[in-house]
Amino acid sequence: MATQPDVDAPRQVPVRERRASNPVTWVRSGGLTKLLFALPLIFVFTIFSWLPIARSVIMSFQKTNLITSQWVGLDNFVAVLRDPLLGTAIANTGYFALLALVMGFPIPIIMAVLMSEVRRGKGLYSALAYLPVVIPPVVAVLLWKVFYDASPQGVFNTLLGYVGIPPQPFLQSQTQAMPALVIEATWAAAGGSIIIYLAALLIVPPELYDAAEVDGAGIWRKIWHVTLPQMRGVIFVMLILQVLATAQVFLEPYLFTGGGPVHATTTILLLIYNYAFKNSLGGNYGMATALSVMLAIFLALLSWVYFRLTNRWSTS
Amino acid sequence: MRSIGRKTAIAGVTLAAGALLLTACSSDDGNNASPGADGSGKKVELRVATFPPGADKAAYDAFAVQEKQFEDANPDIDVIGVEYEWTGPTFAVQLAGGSLPDVFTVPFTDTKTLLENGQLMDVTQEMKDLGYADKFNPIILDGVTGTDGNVYGFPRQAYAMALHYNRNLFEQAGLDPNSPPTTWDEVRADAKAIAEKTGKAGYAQMAINNTGGWQLTATTVAHGGRTQIDNGDGTYTETINNPGTKAALQFLHDVRWEDNSFGSKFDLDWGTINQEFAAGNIGMYTSGSDVYTALVRDFGMDPAQYGMTVVPMDGEDPGTLGGGDVAVISPTIDDATKAAAVKWIDWYYMQKLMNEDAAVTDAKALSDAGQAVGTPVLPVLSKDLYEQSLTWIAPYINVPLDQMKPFTDHIWEQTPVGEPKGKTQEIYALLDPVVQAVLTDQNADIDALLNQANSDAQALLDQ
Repeated sequence: MATQPDVDAPRQVPVRERRASNPVTWVRSGGLTKLLFALPLIFVFTIFSWLPIARSVIMSFQKTNLITSQWVGLDNFVAVLRDPLLGTAIANTGYFALLALVMGFPIPIIMAVLMSEVRRGKGLYSALAYLPVVIPPVVAVLLWKVFYDASPQGVFNTLLGYVGIPPQPFLQSQTQAMPALVIEATWAAAGGSIIIYLAALLIVPPELYDAAEVDGAGIWRKIWHVTLPQMRGVIFVMLILQVLATAQVFLEPYLFTGGGPVHATTTILLLIYNYAFKNSLGGNYGMATALSVMLAIFLALLSWVYFRLTNRWSTS
Repeated sequence: MRSIGRKTAIAGVTLAAGALLLTACSSDDGNNASPGADGSGKKVELRVATFPPGADKAAYDAFAVQEKQFEDANPDIDVIGVEYEWTGPTFAVQLAGGSLPDVFTVPFTDTKTLLENGQLMDVTQEMKDLGYADKFNPIILDGVTGTDGNVYGFPRQAYAMALHYNRNLFEQAGLDPNSPPTTWDEVRADAKAIAEKTGKAGYAQMAINNTGGWQLTATTVAHGGRTQIDNGDGTYTETINNPGTKAALQFLHDVRWEDNSFGSKFDLDWGTINQEFAAGNIGMYTSGSDVYTALVRDFGMDPAQYGMTVVPMDGEDPGTLGGGDVAVISPTIDDATKAAAVKWIDWYYMQKLMNEDAAVTDAKALSDAGQAVGTPVLPVLSKDLYEQSLTWIAPYINVPLDQMKPFTDHIWEQTPVGEPKGKTQEIYALLDPVVQAVLTDQNADIDALLNQANSDAQALLDQ
């Protein structure tokens, strides 16, 4: 037993002797080639990612119509903070995130655990679960918009009619619109999460289940004491990813309701869009970028705090 | 060394391909941005707006015929049609990026702000040279006149608000499609009959994307109210909480909640309400009198189902909200292109309004391509000239004029009222949620909603 090799010990890799760094050796060691390969990527990232980010930070301190710009200091930030719709948008985004957490977070975990227990047709179930992810999001939303038709002939209303429930207004109601959005979003995103959890379940050592079984644990105790603790690293990452995604929810409110009825589904990102593009005479790009910068800072802070807090508990 | 050389070669090829791609992109942009840059001789390239995305092939066929006619008459000008739809968000970007057509159209509501921003070309002298500066309806010309007294565009089409109705649904509900409602009470009663007998929406109204505010303003005016007062000194006073707007919202509330004849869609805008109406799901709705063309061309409506009448008038000093659009020139083009642009506007938009030959040529081209000819509009010049032009093109008129008679017989009895001028679209956007609140909350407090909207709108104007 004592002779078993330690698999975690770092392998002995021959270390190349460090040469003196000068342009000639840099070129001879392939530095130029590496740079040439990286250049297109650096160029594309600069043009389409880094420059726009820098430009939007600059624009948040400007009043601009994209032709002429003037510096206005923190005016845009003040205007955003004074906008009564900001509170509504934050509350709506929070409500969406909460509903998505309650409805959308446990479902994929439960589904993945159940699916991992299935002995036959696992591939079929995985494919079925993943199918909504393959459907383009815009198509999915338009499809669900038809399902949510508020007339008695609507798909969901017809189904509800079979069990004696009167027609519901769904997207046309101030109270039902947001839950309706979350249900679609959960359906659309669950597949991806299920696949990740299924993969995570594979790495749980089967001996742990055997040991738990020997100790007399039932299925729920096995899930609670073996599966979930083993998956916590993945679960924590998925949680923060979901919080980040729901804080930036845009597609569903934009396509389903346009933020209505009566701002009931206006989220922060939709508000940013409205600042920039709703006004028919060119939008307030300064306010839009100011709110974007604030949201980005908030999310960065949130991620940092989250990882600090969970670092101790996580296995990863 | 050999392997490094091969890697370098591959990297070089990759880089060259990338550079080629970028060069291709930038040269394309260059062509778009600078007319005549491809070295096509002395011809002036003129990029003109054609149709919004989604227009059918027949519309483009008709345009190709007109483009050739113009180029034959003006061999030094090369007209390039550009797909175009007026949307504010893209306008500033297109203007900044140089991809805006040289000639395009904007709605009356936005012209004033654009010219004040210096985003439109001054055409005062050109209009004088063409000899019809004094022929325009002065109220309409005022919309394109700056505070400096200069003119910044050619008003080319105007419309009044109309009540559009589905003749089939009227018949199915036991109503006479030749006697559409003439009062708001009759609209409500007919809507109820349609909803009860057919299960369709008896009456619907737009509520999102600023159209809710637009149509609330229209029904306000029809109820004798005004949402804004022009103080004449560049300032405006909001009067959204006026009895006309209250009556208009109360009507909506009653149709929705008392009669249950509004249907189940409270999130319609110009496009989707047209779609629903063309599909036979809506009995009546209000929109511009020129919407017939779009209903048939873009939304596939059966002309036999279509009916149009005037919007009922109520209260003191009621009117019909008018609107329209203006042909304008990009402020960034050079003098030669500007001269070509003015020629195009005169030929394509204006001459058919005042010249028999031009009117007949235009009507024939549209009719041959199966496009609507004769859709009722409001004259941008004089009423006499408009009626005369209709006699010129009479053989080509292909819209069901009989079904529009309730409108054409009575529209001249109504007072046209212009859209509010101060921050028009922004205030329309503020009114959208008011309309939505009434349609989605049975206990919505109309007075409170209007008072809030009024103070919000006034704050916008005072900024």
